[in-house]
Amino acid sequence: MTITANAPTGTQRSVLDALEAESIHIIREVLAEFEKPGLLFSGGKDSVVVLHLLAKAVAPLRVPIPVVHIDTGHNFAEVLNFRDSVVQKYGLNLVVGSVQEYIDRGELTELPDGTRNRLQTRVLLDTIENNGFDVVFGGARRDEDKARAKERILSLRDEFGVWDPRNQRPEIWSLYNGRHEPDWHVRAFPISNWTERDIWAYIQRENIELPSIYFAHCRQVFERDGMWRALTPVSQPNEDEPVVIKQVRYRTVGDASCTGAVLSEADNVAKVLDELAIATVTERGATRADDRISAAGMEDRKTEGYF
Amino acid sequence: MTTTLLRIATAGSVDDGKSTLVGRLLHDAKAILADSLDDIARTSAERGFGGADGTLDLALVTDGLRAEREQGITIDVAYRYFSTDKRSFILADCPGHVQYTRNTVTGASTADAAIVLVDARNGVLEQTRRHLGVLALLRVPRLVVAVNKMDLINWDEQAFAAIESEVLSLATELGIQATTVIPVSALQGDNVVEPSLTATWYTGPTLLGLLEELEPKLGGGTARLDVQYVIRPQGALAPGLDPEVYRDYRGYAGTLVDGTLNVGDRVQVLSNGQPVASRVKAISTPAGSAQSAQAGEAIVLELETDLDIARGDTIVAGELPTAQREFQANICVLDPVKLTNGQRLLIKHGTKVSAAKLSTIEHVINVADYSQQPADSLELNDLGRITLRSQAGLAIEEYASSRTGGSFLLIDPTTGRTLAAGIIEEKHEAA
Repeated sequence: MTITANAPTGTQRSVLDALEAESIHIIREVLAEFEKPGLLFSGGKDSVVVLHLLAKAVAPLRVPIPVVHIDTGHNFAEVLNFRDSVVQKYGLNLVVGSVQEYIDRGELTELPDGTRNRLQTRVLLDTIENNGFDVVFGGARRDEDKARAKERILSLRDEFGVWDPRNQRPEIWSLYNGRHEPDWHVRAFPISNWTERDIWAYIQRENIELPSIYFAHCRQVFERDGMWRALTPVSQPNEDEPVVIKQVRYRTVGDASCTGAVLSEADNVAKVLDELAIATVTERGATRADDRISAAGMEDRKTEGYF
Repeated sequence: MTTTLLRIATAGSVDDGKSTLVGRLLHDAKAILADSLDDIARTSAERGFGGADGTLDLALVTDGLRAEREQGITIDVAYRYFSTDKRSFILADCPGHVQYTRNTVTGASTADAAIVLVDARNGVLEQTRRHLGVLALLRVPRLVVAVNKMDLINWDEQAFAAIESEVLSLATELGIQATTVIPVSALQGDNVVEPSLTATWYTGPTLLGLLEELEPKLGGGTARLDVQYVIRPQGALAPGLDPEVYRDYRGYAGTLVDGTLNVGDRVQVLSNGQPVASRVKAISTPAGSAQSAQAGEAIVLELETDLDIARGDTIVAGELPTAQREFQANICVLDPVKLTNGQRLLIKHGTKVSAAKLSTIEHVINVADYSQQPADSLELNDLGRITLRSQAGLAIEEYASSRTGGSFLLIDPTTGRTLAAGIIEEKHEAA
């Protein structure tokens, strides 16, 4: 029996149809049953796909909810520009929670290693509470991480923003129940069942625009912990880490201080799909220093209230 | 829409080698990438699994949470994804021990097929009967029973035949029609992805081979759409659309759960408990406007006539189910509560939420021998039969003909917790 990582195009299309329909169903349930939804939007491919699905779910209406960006202050310029162009294109309201402002006000302290991924949690929870969101959509997928593989599509957060993995609400049929106690909120993950390859195949099929850093480009980088890190003001090499120019792309878009690039010649979506077909490392394993803390890195951050 | 996405659920306990089987399936289907495999190898070595020969503890593949890895137990349903050149799979891995009913119901409610594990040394145990009972209740369309650890009974063909025959008669007793029994060794990989080289007497498919060929049950029956919400673009159109074109637009968004629907079809709408007739004027799918839609598609319908339709109303082609306010159903209790006669609840059926009251507990079902016993209350993991009264009339169907029309949730009106999942077996037997 031959196993290939790449399903034929004809098959992939109908899988995408099923996933798309499931996601739109979830989005419509959430929009109908909650008072004040928001969409967590990083400019990364997964949140871009969720926004695309949101627009389809309500067409011909304008997307009726604001997009929420938790800005670490360490973002790639290409991604911020992309975010602003998307806000313009869809006619959206943008809510920004700024980690930098928290640091400037002395409410958050910079970590010794300079990374800000973990600092986002406080800002995220405050932004949700201050804007009165009772639900926020997120682009998390279950194939990303072993803790996420266990998370419900509608995932409850208590008054402290804490996820309790041992006490999750059963989720049966397509009957979603987002009722919750007054000071709790819900994270809704409509693309839970999509894989990284599904996302790219859908981006190809729907011709969805992405930030340019997802595609191969030449960049000044240095090697650290087996990852290629971009040379930016917030990401500086040590003395034993020579800066070189490489052709790279990003598989995930995160904080520039902890997201690595992969060597790649894929300068369009079709080539990215070809690369994924022979990839031997998971996307977070390849590119996220923040997930390398421990086997439970994601779980620990999630239980604190992280995305 | 011919989908080649197959949703599978597993049932069985760690003792049956379920985690190892799932790990083997993913490993041999090349669905575990190198960095994840490195993690597994490191943990296997730390725990001294299989001595020093570098054997992997494939059960680690499915352990997601810290407590699970530390305690060697599985707490909650985990979802896994893999593809072959034939189709894509979503696998809901349901733990067998803790809260098995709750987890199995969660994982199996959307499954096209379920895999149940049996330890070849023990054969059919009470637990196997429990798992099959829940799967039968949920009417999972296809059942695959993997008789595992065949290597430990030296691939004894007679022993396998005895288990197979017992499983098949049990499945028949429960009304599960499509059942296949496969002898496997998850540890050594026989008949999981690769055919066994040891058991030459077995000529059937491997587990993955079977899963690749299973036909998912397509949504037949009468077209049904529970309205999720009404789209009326009053000044809130997407950028670039012409308000003149959409001045009188009124669309009903929802998922077509059964059947097919065409532009021009006559439909019945159950609105506010009253049936009204109309005709389909237009159908929009995620890909744009269409002449017809199939079960599973998320669509927007426009109708010929202006009607007072709201979220929770049901649109069907053909005969409209009578709105019912009192009916019997089987429920599975999913929350640590005690449900008693007279209890106030919320029911969510389709897209409608209504106040409800548990009138009478008819009986509790003993899942070990499927006998019915009288009961005053139903508690966590209990399966029981109740009579329910609903404030709003509900367009219920029998679960056997419509998974959506025949299923509901019971919700605690105060805390919002999901207390029970309900299944309507027969429509017209309430007193």
